[in-house]
Amino acid sequence: MAQNNEIRFLNPPTVEVKKKKYCRFKKAGIKYIDYKDPEFLKRFLNEQGKILPRRLTGTSLKYQRKVAQAVKRARHLALLPYVTDLLK
Amino acid sequence: MLQQYETVFILTPVLSDAQMKETVTKFRDTILANEGEIVYEEDWGLKKLAYPIQKKTTGFYHLIGFKANPDFIARLELQFRRDERVIRYLTFAMDKHAVAYAEKKHGQVKDAAPVVEKEEKPAPRVTKPVVDDDIEIDEED
Repeated sequence: MAQNNEIRFLNPPTVEVKKKKYCRFKKAGIKYIDYKDPEFLKRFLNEQGKILPRRLTGTSLKYQRKVAQAVKRARHLALLPYVTDLLK
Repeated sequence: MLQQYETVFILTPVLSDAQMKETVTKFRDTILANEGEIVYEEDWGLKKLAYPIQKKTTGFYHLIGFKANPDFIARLELQFRRDERVIRYLTFAMDKHAVAYAEKKHGQVKDAAPVVEKEEKPAPRVTKPVVDDDIEIDEED
């Protein structure tokens, strides 16, 4: 705590506080992902309307599959575009 | 054993209101005529499509949740394909979670399941263009 900083950096060392990713569905206890709710599904899409990887969203595999399925159903029903620019 | 399904279809916007209603009635009757039972129905009205289908940019969306025999679905979909007023359809076999969600949404739940509000929500990370949950939580066990 009471350490004085002897070592000085030209650039302040980047303190990487890694925030633990979590699966929002597991956490909130959501069991079913509605394909009729494009606004919710948009959270799992990037600007071009592509599905974001698990790597970025932290969704567990089980729910990632369900998200992907729901997004594809929504696309079929023209609730979400297949390709676009500047979704959101 | 009846299975619960949900079907969404999109009708062409060129139809008049009466024609649209008539088409919906036709499919409703088809379901009822085949020992199906309609659980709920939603009319989303004229909506803009996310991309053009058959050069149309809008369409009438209609959703029917129903119970039917699995072998009826093929016949229903055949009707959708034959009817040129339907530009898109999707039939979805519901599992128990989907049924629970739909029941909750349409307010036919036998016991009022308490909606648990999650209070502690950590701020979304920067890399993720995702806002945090304000979705309904379906708790049934």
